[in-house]
Amino acid sequence: MSASAIFVLDLKGKVLICRNYKGDVDMAEIDHFMPLLMQHEEEGLLCPVLSHGSVHFMWIKHSNLYLVATTNKNSNASLVYSFLYKLVEVFTEYFKELEEESIQDNFVVVYELLDELMDFGFPQTTDSKILQEYITQEGAKLEVAKSKVPTTVTNAVSWRSEGIKYKKNEVFIDVIESINVLVNANGSVMSSDIVGSIKLKTMLSGMPELRLGLNDRVLFALTGRDKGKTVTMEDVKFHQCVRLSRFESDRTISFIPPDGESELMSYRINTHVKPLIWIESIIEKFSHSRVEIMVKAKGQFKKQSVANNVEVRVPVPSDADSPKFKTSTGNAKYVPEKNMVVWTIKSFPGGKEFLMRAHFGLPSVENDELEGKPPITVKFEIPYFTVSGIQVRYMKIIEKSGYQALPWVRYITQSGDYQLRTNV
Amino acid sequence: MKADVDVFANVTQSKDGSKNRVWEGTKAITAPCSPVTENRQFGSKMTDSKYFTTTKKGEIFELKAELNSDKKEKKKEAVKKVIASMTVGKDVSALFPDVVNCMQTDNLELKKLVYLYLMNYAKSQPDMAIMAVNTFVKDCEDPNPLIRALAVRTMGCIRVDKITEYLCEPLRKCLKDEDPYVRKTAAVCVAKLHDINAQLVEDQGFLDTLKDLISDSNPMVVANAVAALSEIAESHPNSNLLDLNPQTINKLLTALNECTEWGQIFILDCLANYTPRDDRESQSICERVTPRLSHANSAVVLSAVKVLMKFMEMLPKDLDYYGTLLKKLAPPLVTLLSAEPELQYVALRNINLIVQRRPEILKHEMKVFFVKYNDPIYVKLEKLDIMIRLASQANIAQVLAELKEYATEVDVDFVRKAVRAIGRCAIKVEQSAERCVSTLLDLIQTKVNYVVQEAIVVIKDIFRKYPNKYESVIATLCENLDSLDEPEARAAMIWIVGEYAERIDNADELLESFLEGFHDESTQVQLQLLTAIVKLFLKKPTETQELVQQVLSLATQDSDNPDLRDRGYIYWRLLSTDPVAAKEVVLAEKPLISEETDLIEPTLLEELICHIGTLASVYHKPPSAFVEGSRGVQHKRLPGSAGSGESADSPDTGSAAGVSEAPPAVIPSQGDLLGDLLNLDLTPPTTSGPPPAPSSGMQMGAMDLLGGGLDSLLGGDLGGSPAMGAGFGAPPTAMPASFPPPVSGGLDDLFDLGGSVGMPMGAYSPPKSIWLPAMKAKGLEISGTFARRAGVIQMEMTLTNKAMSIMTDFAIQFNRNSFGLAPAGPLQVLTPVGPNQSIEVALPLSTVGPVMKMEPLTNLQVAVKNNIDVFYFSSQYPISMLFVEDGKMERQVFLATWKDIPNDNEAQFQIKDCHLNSDAASSKLQGSNVFTIAKRTVEGQDMLYQSMKLTNGIWVLAELRVQAGNPNYTVSLKCRAPEVSQCVFQSYEAMLKN
Repeated sequence: MSASAIFVLDLKGKVLICRNYKGDVDMAEIDHFMPLLMQHEEEGLLCPVLSHGSVHFMWIKHSNLYLVATTNKNSNASLVYSFLYKLVEVFTEYFKELEEESIQDNFVVVYELLDELMDFGFPQTTDSKILQEYITQEGAKLEVAKSKVPTTVTNAVSWRSEGIKYKKNEVFIDVIESINVLVNANGSVMSSDIVGSIKLKTMLSGMPELRLGLNDRVLFALTGRDKGKTVTMEDVKFHQCVRLSRFESDRTISFIPPDGESELMSYRINTHVKPLIWIESIIEKFSHSRVEIMVKAKGQFKKQSVANNVEVRVPVPSDADSPKFKTSTGNAKYVPEKNMVVWTIKSFPGGKEFLMRAHFGLPSVENDELEGKPPITVKFEIPYFTVSGIQVRYMKIIEKSGYQALPWVRYITQSGDYQLRTNV
Repeated sequence: MKADVDVFANVTQSKDGSKNRVWEGTKAITAPCSPVTENRQFGSKMTDSKYFTTTKKGEIFELKAELNSDKKEKKKEAVKKVIASMTVGKDVSALFPDVVNCMQTDNLELKKLVYLYLMNYAKSQPDMAIMAVNTFVKDCEDPNPLIRALAVRTMGCIRVDKITEYLCEPLRKCLKDEDPYVRKTAAVCVAKLHDINAQLVEDQGFLDTLKDLISDSNPMVVANAVAALSEIAESHPNSNLLDLNPQTINKLLTALNECTEWGQIFILDCLANYTPRDDRESQSICERVTPRLSHANSAVVLSAVKVLMKFMEMLPKDLDYYGTLLKKLAPPLVTLLSAEPELQYVALRNINLIVQRRPEILKHEMKVFFVKYNDPIYVKLEKLDIMIRLASQANIAQVLAELKEYATEVDVDFVRKAVRAIGRCAIKVEQSAERCVSTLLDLIQTKVNYVVQEAIVVIKDIFRKYPNKYESVIATLCENLDSLDEPEARAAMIWIVGEYAERIDNADELLESFLEGFHDESTQVQLQLLTAIVKLFLKKPTETQELVQQVLSLATQDSDNPDLRDRGYIYWRLLSTDPVAAKEVVLAEKPLISEETDLIEPTLLEELICHIGTLASVYHKPPSAFVEGSRGVQHKRLPGSAGSGESADSPDTGSAAGVSEAPPAVIPSQGDLLGDLLNLDLTPPTTSGPPPAPSSGMQMGAMDLLGGGLDSLLGGDLGGSPAMGAGFGAPPTAMPASFPPPVSGGLDDLFDLGGSVGMPMGAYSPPKSIWLPAMKAKGLEISGTFARRAGVIQMEMTLTNKAMSIMTDFAIQFNRNSFGLAPAGPLQVLTPVGPNQSIEVALPLSTVGPVMKMEPLTNLQVAVKNNIDVFYFSSQYPISMLFVEDGKMERQVFLATWKDIPNDNEAQFQIKDCHLNSDAASSKLQGSNVFTIAKRTVEGQDMLYQSMKLTNGIWVLAELRVQAGNPNYTVSLKCRAPEVSQCVFQSYEAMLKN
């Protein structure tokens, strides 16, 4: 059904740690993985599934590690990849950083986790907050208290333990919208969308019931109210804790939140977004002599708002040299290892326009290799504001002890996949 | 919450009325969630890496001493060192007894490590593994559920047959444990044990206990029980383990709302195997599954999509809910493209299937498939594929602009595919053709070698689709002739030159230049060159005689390739016998090329839809193609639709098997230049090598190979030029010296060869009978029969003209029928049929046509058209011609399947007056693809167990009883579609008595 065994390999393909769950695939098969991967890479046909005989390898790469699942059945591939990424998430929460060294330094816990996360190829409890309650790095002595833990694991509420206490009960809500834009070389917007995410940091005692109210157009239509601005969310994805059937029937977002930080939901909005930072560029390449770059950046958002930490990344040929810059504001820097110029503007007020000019030399002997045409990418962050106009209308918090709790909200808009193609 | 922004507005109006309170303690928010345990930082003194460093000599000995130490702490350290050694691949199995001695401990971590050791080494030390049994039994009764679960989980991982039986009692207790954590672990343990010793699990009644757990109050237990049962059922396809009924379905749907994301996937995957009773049940399940589309886990979403795609088949299309459901599917599919690249890849491979099955779902979502610069190559290629599928008149401008952008990238595979995509767009969306052609010309101007070659290949297709429209670009193409080094591009260019020879002044020079290295070319190019030169010759006979002579002799005399040789001979004979006919044949109008390419064959597509999310859907292959031991497992299929009534009860409905035999419904996109040759495919299996010698039974009359034929061509076209006749040299040695006199064109003789020379296959074919009497068809009489020759179903007909006038323009069509029979090509009557003439025609049939159940089942309704009128008749074909060549079941599968098919489906028949012995009967039947799997002799009676498989994947199992001296046979047939039994019986009778 899913994985027969899970392996963690280093970059050379050496097994750092592994766990055989089903015993139906020879563990030595993993030796074929790296040669296979190299072969595919050479042929330019890299693929997340590789097979050798009747064995299939599903793999992902994380820092200097490969996480590989083997199977010889018609496994649920999407489940396997989800699980591998979950593995990365759990290990990262345990060890801060997941890399070769942290696996070696914590092999006992890694074994314990591998034992707990999956059984006979079936993923089990993968919520790292709950896992941390009974799988610890300390050789935990058996205490009576420990025997209570599994109830959370198998509870319908498997993401929150009982008996949490805070002096001050608060919830912090972050509404973060990322703008994805793809602009053609001639300046027309090919595609754009907004991916929103609502994140929580919950510091609430007991087992609170929460209800989140948004200015959701469908909800307003359902309840027959049409005051104020509403937002149509194309697709909404929820954390495990949200009652999906409830949302499906009456658009109520109700849940018992996990403790601490979590992503409550994400949504996608398909409307045309005006690119908040507009880039016009002229890149002229004079073969064998030089490249002239002129980039104009314009803030297409309200004057009151300010975009922070703006970075405009302009690609340059890999054999360019002797950079010279001129900017009307901010700093330009050549990053040769990435073949780009990074123009940083700490604070970019709405409605303003800035210029950057760059000049590079080119060697007289031309580079034979064809180079790709990387786009200009932009990074930025605009606080206090969401492009879609989504708003948190209320957050109701009810706990049987009846405490008062305060919800706090902040809004941020930032760049997501923000690409502008160039002519060169 | 990485943002440094730090002002929070309180949304609710706080009681003190301060509406815009400013909260300043941002640090608390931005700091990561403080870990429950300390000392988590790697690199600190506490790390485990120190255990890896002991590499002294006598290490094992030292460890042994430490393991037996009295100090608990030292023991634990020692076990950790052992595990560390194990991790780096050292053999520490020698320490088995010492490690097992540490098992009795109240330290959970130590216990886990010992268990881990046990799992790894128990198999190599089976005798000593017994030592551990007691502790397991004891731990399964520990007051701590964690320990109980740990014990039962580890137990199942110790794959030592000897100890399994000791574990039954503890497992039984754990399955009934009060703690759900233990129960859910025990549920999985049943699957583990079943894998080691299936019989034991059955005898102990664990399967029933497992089934009971589906009704457990705890959702996690339900989910694991479902997973375990599905796993067991998968390896034992014929066990009726997952007996899904509306009650269990309801329980599963309830648990679905409450269990973990993984549990939801187990349940959804299990639901996907269920077939609802009617459209109402189907709808109610869909309604309860749709909320899962909002789950954050992509795998949950895809599994939900699988259930919905499958159950949707049963909903009437005019139902409002059907439309609603379609609309609900698009957004989650699009969102999957924001997932991690590997998950995107799985999603895209599945979207490719979904778009083919239900194009309406994503038709407005073109933009989301636009390629991003930083997409991994595997994502780029898949997106491109889907873009072509979604291209339509509405979005073509955008798509073309994108494709042109991609075609200037640097990644060779991606660029090639992009260029091809432009060609596909031209063919798919007629309005865009002109723009596509000009885009391709722009790309040719870039002179990037592989771009040029790719562009020429697709332009050839565009010429095929829109003849006489874009030939003005030929000059540009010819400029690039020299740079073409890939066979496909060379073949395409040659095709173009041949096809438009009359417009290219130096066509002969161009083709001649290719001829120089003829033997170094690939077959594809050789075949194309041969055809192109023949075309050239037929168009410009005067200047090109030498050339055609040269290529014919190269192809027939100097080549070892039978295809090339055969094609050479055909042309040669055509040209020499009846050049006018040759012209008609070689320069005939070509069939249209298909708009869609690389479409997955429909039955396979249906099967793959049932496997959404799995490796099968990623490979686009049925599981049987890549999972060992899954042969004979029933292929999954979509349920029949309720609304349209179309084919709902046909035995064929979606039974998605027998894929390999069914020819794809579309002409392959590229490279199939062969197909255009004569628009005929010499369907009867040509015996390779030179045409049959006189001994094959054909009469070979006297005819001069180089007779007057050529003269008549030249004469007709050029007004006579006496020298031409001598142009051809002596006949090649391999050619038979004589041929029958041309009756109605040499080609017919060839057909005769293939059609009626007895095939060695011995497949049963009934004698020809009159299907359409002349009385009823204005003088056209058709008699015919059906046959299966080398895997190809054929309808063999004699058309006789009993009227006074010439008959031409023959065409044929079938009505929908039970097995989807359809002509695989047009009816090949290439010459007019004069009064009192008859002509033999063999029409190859495919089984991918539309399906409708007929009464009787093998009834075929046919319409034949000629220049006079349209005539209808019906005939019945022997079902034996649908028996495919790979219909031999494995013995084991046969036994299991025979048991599995309910007795109600068994039909028994008597075959009277048959005088063959059992071996003769067996071999006779084998000729018609009825395979004898086993033979048993009981009390003088021979029992033959036989299997056959129909083209649509239905298996028929038979038991044939033959008693020496008794001319009456008894045949028992078992089949999941019992309605075919009667027909099969009739075929048996016919096959045996023939």
